[in-house]
Amino acid sequence: MSEEVKTTGPLEYRTNEGQMTILGFWIFLGAEVVLFSTLFATYAVLFGRTADAPTPAELFEPGTVLIMTFLLLTSSFTCGLAVHEMRRGSVKGLTRWMLVTLVLGLGFLGFEIYEFIHYAHEGATIQSSAYWSGFFILAGTHGLHVTLGIGWAFALLHQISKRGITNVTSRKFFIISLYWHFLDVIWIFIFTSVYLIGMVL
Amino acid sequence: MNIKALLVDGDPLIYGAMVSIGLVTVAILFLLTYFKKWGWLWREWLTTVDHKKIGIMYILSALVMLFRGGMDAMMMRVQLAFPDLGFLDSQHYNEIFTTHGTIMIIFMAMPFLIGLMNIIVPLQIGARDFAFPYLNALSFWAFFMGAMLFNISFVIGGSPDAGWTSYTPLSGAAMSPGPGQNFYLMGLQLSGIGTLATGINLMVTILKMRAPGMKLFHMPIFTWSTLVTSFIIVFAFPILTIALALLTIDRIFGSQFFTLTGEGLPMMWANLFWMWGHPEVYIVILPAFGIFSEVIATFAKKRLFGYSAMVWSMIIIALLSFLVWVHHFFTMGAGAFVNSVFSVSTMLIAVPTGVKIFNWLATLYKSKIEFSVAMLWALAFIPSFILGGVTGVMLGMAAADFQFHNSYFLIAHFHYVLIAGTVFACFAGLVYWYPKMFGHKMNERIGKWAFWFFVIGFHVCFFPQYFLGLDGMPRRLFITNVVEWLPLNVISTVGAFGMGIGFAIFVYNVYYSYRHSERETTGDSWNGNGRTLEWATTTPVPYYNFATVPHVDEIDPYVRMKKEGKTTFDEPNVKPIHMPSYTGRPFIMMAFLGLASFGLVFEWIWLAIVGLIGGIIFMILRTYDYDEGYYVSVEEIKRTERKARGL
Ligand code: HEM
Ligand SMILES: [Cu+2]
Repeated sequence: MSEEVKTTGPLEYRTNEGQMTILGFWIFLGAEVVLFSTLFATYAVLFGRTADAPTPAELFEPGTVLIMTFLLLTSSFTCGLAVHEMRRGSVKGLTRWMLVTLVLGLGFLGFEIYEFIHYAHEGATIQSSAYWSGFFILAGTHGLHVTLGIGWAFALLHQISKRGITNVTSRKFFIISLYWHFLDVIWIFIFTSVYLIGMVL
Repeated sequence: MNIKALLVDGDPLIYGAMVSIGLVTVAILFLLTYFKKWGWLWREWLTTVDHKKIGIMYILSALVMLFRGGMDAMMMRVQLAFPDLGFLDSQHYNEIFTTHGTIMIIFMAMPFLIGLMNIIVPLQIGARDFAFPYLNALSFWAFFMGAMLFNISFVIGGSPDAGWTSYTPLSGAAMSPGPGQNFYLMGLQLSGIGTLATGINLMVTILKMRAPGMKLFHMPIFTWSTLVTSFIIVFAFPILTIALALLTIDRIFGSQFFTLTGEGLPMMWANLFWMWGHPEVYIVILPAFGIFSEVIATFAKKRLFGYSAMVWSMIIIALLSFLVWVHHFFTMGAGAFVNSVFSVSTMLIAVPTGVKIFNWLATLYKSKIEFSVAMLWALAFIPSFILGGVTGVMLGMAAADFQFHNSYFLIAHFHYVLIAGTVFACFAGLVYWYPKMFGHKMNERIGKWAFWFFVIGFHVCFFPQYFLGLDGMPRRLFITNVVEWLPLNVISTVGAFGMGIGFAIFVYNVYYSYRHSERETTGDSWNGNGRTLEWATTTPVPYYNFATVPHVDEIDPYVRMKKEGKTTFDEPNVKPIHMPSYTGRPFIMMAFLGLASFGLVFEWIWLAIVGLIGGIIFMILRTYDYDEGYYVSVEEIKRTERKARGL
């Protein structure tokens, strides 16, 4: 049962431990899908229950949301490039593309915070009605995930700068890339089912 | 807020409890210091990542929780048998049925089963440990801190009192102000996260760490039940996480999910709760099925009848368990169509369950049964559980449920499935695997006394409750001085005390066996009738589990290994074994998160933030942790195995 290390294939899959950790993370993402589905479901159930607060159609602005979507989608692409650089063994390329990714992510967060503050000024807060509770918690949970992901990625970049690309660091980096893409997918659902529908209905 | 305002006061029962908690704490601290055991406690237990030790800690905690929940039960039964005595007031009664239900399901049944899984599953599949031992320790400490947080509520701050289902709007901030309900929310949240992590951990362990050659359909049935259960955990627990979080945010930060103001929807809670809650009851019954299957096959000395049917029925039960949740609130008024759909799906579950019952009976058919204590629990399970299942189907008929709902009929139903199913299984599993854990068996004679007291007490306690329910006695009622109900209530209380005595004898047996039982010399404890790999290890199990892992290509591999004289010590092929290092970080990290939860309970946001920062620091430390464990040398393995096998 001693650790056998393969010599071919992507670095992150070469050890048994690497494979198990990646599988574990996939299962974790499965649980995250359930978690977000529950939030989407509560949001859908509470849709229209705005009480005395403004309606989403009054507040949602296509401009901001489009920029946010653009930032996050691009960041997913650059994150993919970072993994590509990792496969080529280039610490420099990986770091460069991941930094771009994180800057885009921070931009996304900035807009989101601005958006939330703006809504609060217009009288839509987490407390103002069931609908707005659902909205803020759904979008906010996604935002919180992005925030954690950014912190985590910085810690990983730091480790990679010290240790280079090894079986372990590549596994860690691969996992955060999965996480980042996952958040992108969730955002697409938020964009369509929250913002697009909210602006129309 | 000062300390005086924090402590619950005004009730002699609670003062008594406080004093006894204080005394026990002082006694434990004194004993640890006196026998100089602090270092031992830290080195051997608090920092362990060994699945066997973590399992033992789970089971110990679960037994303590069974005691606490059992005390609650006794108090309720005393109140119901003597309603005029004024033993409990209504507030106190509400708190007690709430903590009883929550503790029994979340802090007793689940950890007991997870403890057995911890110890046995890696041994059954030939693995060194869990896939993620560090995470396993985190899970345990998450559960432990959650349980402690929930349990201190009755001396500090006040217990939750809205039932284990915690329905809104009753449990919302408007109608249940104060920390009580927050204890429920944070205690469950913390331990729930641990359970989710365990589910992921077990899934990866079973999918990736099986002995060479062992296909999924070669796995022992308990491992199968664990895999299916983990699947349910991973897909059900996030729903609970969200439900609890939303209610917490409602209560502490004023959102409007389940409120009556701001167009909130209190009924959404019932949906979310039971979308987790029904799968949850299968989380605690499927492993029980697994345990009974192992015990029955061993003591009937036959291969389990219909192995694949057993597996498939579990898988089908798992899938169906997500499609029936509305049967818990047929009376809420979802309409005839919705109720009919869920009525049918509910009754469907009885089909795969029936398949399992017939398979057990067929295994027993014409076999030479050995009536050991573990087997007695399994045999008692079958007829008792059928009573629970049949009444479940009765409840599942939506129209009839309008009559049964929230009556003692329902109470009797779920105690028949949960006690005759889960609790009997926990006892059976503990007795059955006890020699693997502690190197000696539990005394069989005393075990039989415990068994008979508990089983007879159980039926005397709960069978009358079906009739109380049919006579219209509602659940969660503290005054029952309706003359027609009194006799059956008194009988029921007598039965409850019978169970209490049975449990006391069981616990005494732990002590007695520790002192007097013969020490095991072979690993195959039950007269050489073991069928699966855990019996191939020596007893006590060495910390690396298997010196060499055998090649497996059939069900019950150990039967043939014994015939061919093979062991898990194939001396020429011993290689160094990779092991994870012990670490105190999971404990400390969860202590911080426990502190954060405590802060949230009292809505002391600063304390919550302090705890959270502590937790985050430990997460950061973890990502910088490159400890790769160590290797056990071939010489050491050979020395250990030779000694244990008397070579
Ligand atoms: C044949 C299988 C089963 C069927 C058809 C069934 C059906 C039902 C129904 C319809 C209810 C709701 C009744 C009401 O509230 O009026 C119920 C409640 C319950 N069942 Fe079952 N059940 C089955 C098996 C189980 C098992 C195996 C367990 C757990 C091990 C379980 C645990 C519970 C619990 C805890 C409740 C009540 C919870 C509460 O309201 O506090 N059931 N069951
Ligand atoms: Cu149910």
